[in-house]
Amino acid sequence: MANKRHVSTTINGEPKEFLCAPHESLLEVLRDNLGLTGSKEGCNNGNCGACTVILNGRPVDSCLVLGVEVEDAEVETVEGIADRNELHPVQECFLEGAALQCGICTPGFLVASKALLEKTPDACEHTIRYNLAGNLCRCTGYDKIVRAVQDAGKRMAESN
Amino acid sequence: MVTVFIPAQLKELTGGITSVEVEASNIRQVVERLEQLFPGIQQRLCDGDDLRSGLQVSIDSVMTSRGLIAKVQPGNEIHFVPAFGGG
Amino acid sequence: MIKNNGNGEYRVLGTRPVRHDGADKVTGKAVYTADVQLPGMLRGFILRSPIAHGLIKSIDTSAAKATPGVHAVITSADMPDVGDKIADLGEGAVNLKYLSGNVLAQDKVLYKGHAVAAVAAVDIHVAEEAANKIIVEYEELPSVTWVLDAMQDDAPLLHDDLHTDSMGAKSENPSNICTHMHFEKGNIEDGFAQCDVVVEREFKTASVHQGYIEPHASVGDWNEDGRLRIWTATQGSFSARQQTAEILQIPIGDVVVTPCEIGGGFGGKIAVYLEPLVGMLSKVSGRPVKISMTRADVFEATGPTPGSYMKVKIGATNDGKLIAGEAWLAYDAGGYPGGMIGPGCMCVFSCYDIEHAVVDGYDVCLNKPNTQAYRAPGATQVAFATEQLVDEIAKQIGMCPLEIRQLNAAKEGTVRVDGPKYPPVGLVECLEALEESDHWKSSLDGPLRGRGIAAGFWFGCGLKSCATVTVNHDGTVNLLEGSTDIGGSRTSLAMQLAEVLGITSDDVNPMVGDTDSVGYTDVTGGSRVTFATGLAAYTAGRDLQTQMISRAAEEVWDCSPDEVTLENDGSFTHNGESKTFKELASQLFKHGEPLVARAAVSPENPTNGFGVHVADVEVDPETGKVTVLRYTTIQDAGKAVHPSYVEGQLQGGTVQGIGWALNEEYFYHDNDTVANASFLDYRMPTMLDLPMIDTIIVEAANPDHPYGVRGVGETPIVPPPAALANAIYNATGTRMEQLPMSPPVLWKQLQSESAEA
Repeated sequence: MANKRHVSTTINGEPKEFLCAPHESLLEVLRDNLGLTGSKEGCNNGNCGACTVILNGRPVDSCLVLGVEVEDAEVETVEGIADRNELHPVQECFLEGAALQCGICTPGFLVASKALLEKTPDACEHTIRYNLAGNLCRCTGYDKIVRAVQDAGKRMAESN
Repeated sequence: MVTVFIPAQLKELTGGITSVEVEASNIRQVVERLEQLFPGIQQRLCDGDDLRSGLQVSIDSVMTSRGLIAKVQPGNEIHFVPAFGGG
Repeated sequence: MIKNNGNGEYRVLGTRPVRHDGADKVTGKAVYTADVQLPGMLRGFILRSPIAHGLIKSIDTSAAKATPGVHAVITSADMPDVGDKIADLGEGAVNLKYLSGNVLAQDKVLYKGHAVAAVAAVDIHVAEEAANKIIVEYEELPSVTWVLDAMQDDAPLLHDDLHTDSMGAKSENPSNICTHMHFEKGNIEDGFAQCDVVVEREFKTASVHQGYIEPHASVGDWNEDGRLRIWTATQGSFSARQQTAEILQIPIGDVVVTPCEIGGGFGGKIAVYLEPLVGMLSKVSGRPVKISMTRADVFEATGPTPGSYMKVKIGATNDGKLIAGEAWLAYDAGGYPGGMIGPGCMCVFSCYDIEHAVVDGYDVCLNKPNTQAYRAPGATQVAFATEQLVDEIAKQIGMCPLEIRQLNAAKEGTVRVDGPKYPPVGLVECLEALEESDHWKSSLDGPLRGRGIAAGFWFGCGLKSCATVTVNHDGTVNLLEGSTDIGGSRTSLAMQLAEVLGITSDDVNPMVGDTDSVGYTDVTGGSRVTFATGLAAYTAGRDLQTQMISRAAEEVWDCSPDEVTLENDGSFTHNGESKTFKELASQLFKHGEPLVARAAVSPENPTNGFGVHVADVEVDPETGKVTVLRYTTIQDAGKAVHPSYVEGQLQGGTVQGIGWALNEEYFYHDNDTVANASFLDYRMPTMLDLPMIDTIIVEAANPDHPYGVRGVGETPIVPPPAALANAIYNATGTRMEQLPMSPPVLWKQLQSESAEA
């Protein structure tokens, strides 16, 4: 086993330092080293999106990023979406629209949806389906997720 | 008297008879009467002192999980059917 | 006196409150099993068979044990001998020898991915590295993965002590055929003799996986007091407790199972895989141990629901009356005996009133993972066959596919092929709803486009459930129940309790308890929770009200209990004075002992869920790809407690059925090992593959529930493959006899048919 490396980064707006082995993924670091277990492991090879985080403004599968790669980066996870006790519009709309059943894919969807809506708040159905196709959900059939993302976009536009 | 429908798979023991009327007040007695009429049928329906696993009883089309102790009343129709669960 | 408030006018049922666990699930706080962290916890890794079938000649674990950081290595030699004993697991019985053998292979491996040894170490990487140092010597045996091949006398035999069971009679010779079932109704020869038109086809369907996004995970802590505590991703904590206790041969009361939040199950998280292993690894190491499966483990070693071969024949008169049906079904069991053939046999003709029928079914061992339930287990396969034949008959006699279904639909009094008659059911109402729907009335134009319909059925079971209700100072209540919440059931149960008591869903704090804290409750499966555990919540509410009437008479109004009236809105009245539930509960709390109510129920009748689907598709002749243009799912929910959750079940089940229909399958290499054990290659539907899924909820009350609730979860997966096959036929004129109807399959069929033409 190689020696652990020291990494300085920003997670959910707060400076963080951690030690990780060179082979550890960002997902492992978040879950096992930092206790941020909101990001889920569904496949560990980039096919399900349950571990999606925003890295320097872009949604990525954190299982495909090494921990050492986030030196000096900005990472946002599902734990950082709500503002203290205020849920973000995507969170509100997922709850009000019953867009989750078991909830295991939900963190990834919320993060990916937020990333999309911050760039394209008026995303149409096709744009949403295209951009979130990397996130698998086995419970909902996606219908209510698409609608929740559309509703969240409207709500974000209204509050701006 | 209750009417007992013989599972198709056990018709080999009844000479092709598909239903019989027997006097009984519970399923245990139903099985005992069947055994008197069709020797060997009890061990196909039961495992020791219980209904065979994977089988359940329907009384007038109402399922019961009470197995051999389920009570029956005159006029009831009894079926032995496979148990089912689900996903 | 209690008035029945099942009058169809509800305050809470039919509304759409936000789920109680919602905030936790959108902020990442909800604790799933893989999120559990205990002090000193080790991580486990499982070494699995690289071959499909073989004898284990030897296992050398010395190098693994010597690896720094390794605390325990176990093989089947470390597991107790469970003997040849049948254990009743509530919703099915299982031979413990097979259950234990599937958890950790004994003398043989029966499929690629079969667990052979397990390691616990300081982290997952050390555990994996050590597991790969275990040397297993195999004697490879011939293997078989196609069900008809496995039934041959000269097929590679998986178990030399397995004899075919025909309702208690055993075959003389050992066989891969575990079970033969046979059903008859009417007189099949007379039946077919009356028919003007008879259609018969053979069908086959591939193995498919439930595909839950959360891999199986368990944490075990064998405590110094001898009790084993398990945190696990299970659909049934009590079933997991019993299986674990039986496999480890320890008293059931020494095991406590905490059901964590669960990331999907669909039938695949009922059998235990990891729980006994984390228990044993914890016992050996003296430390808590967590194992999470990899996605490849999930595909190779858990789940799949049976692949099948089916030959089905149906006859009808020229005026469209279905008269006779015959079915011969062979389903994969996997490495050990399975359980899906019974419901397959009972569902093949379950949607129709057919006077004469014969059904034969075979459950067949072969070198695939042990098959498990998957949402209406066994029913989707047979619907693919029957619903196409019904369409074919309609076509031949020039009748509309909806009309032939309306003419023959199962209804109250229709005799099932296994004998019992249906109570009031809602198939006719679903077909009516289809006829009146915008989708059915709309036109579908354009080349290579087609519309198809299909009906589907699943029993929906009752089984055992318990609930405890405690009352707070302010008259809010806590509902403790034991049903793993996979899709919002805390809220659908809380709503039923709120409806009884005349409070709001938010006035109820539902909690899923562990096996030490709540009464025995069967699995979250069989579409049973909102029905059966809902009945427990309702009954506990009634118990509470009965107590409150007595106490109000004694402590508040100084009258006889008969003089206190419980109104439909849950308030209590006496001589014109009225108190709400909350007012009375607060008052009683001040005056005397706390209020606690409970219920234990075991409803036994199926809730009989029928559905009808309509699909519009377009076929690309260049690629064979099917695009679903529009889809509507119609189902009888009895009473939709939380309509959004009912819609969600309909939409989710439908999309799983669409995946089964158009893409999903296990591919095998020539050596019978799985070739596509990843989400990249096992192609489940993504968001981009689908349209919106429209739903129509029909409410034909279930007489066995005070609010008329029926189970809804499973039925929606049943019709899609058949509805899409019928749509593909109407688009192209080609009949699909195999699942999946993937682009290469459909493309080849279109090519060969155009060459023939």
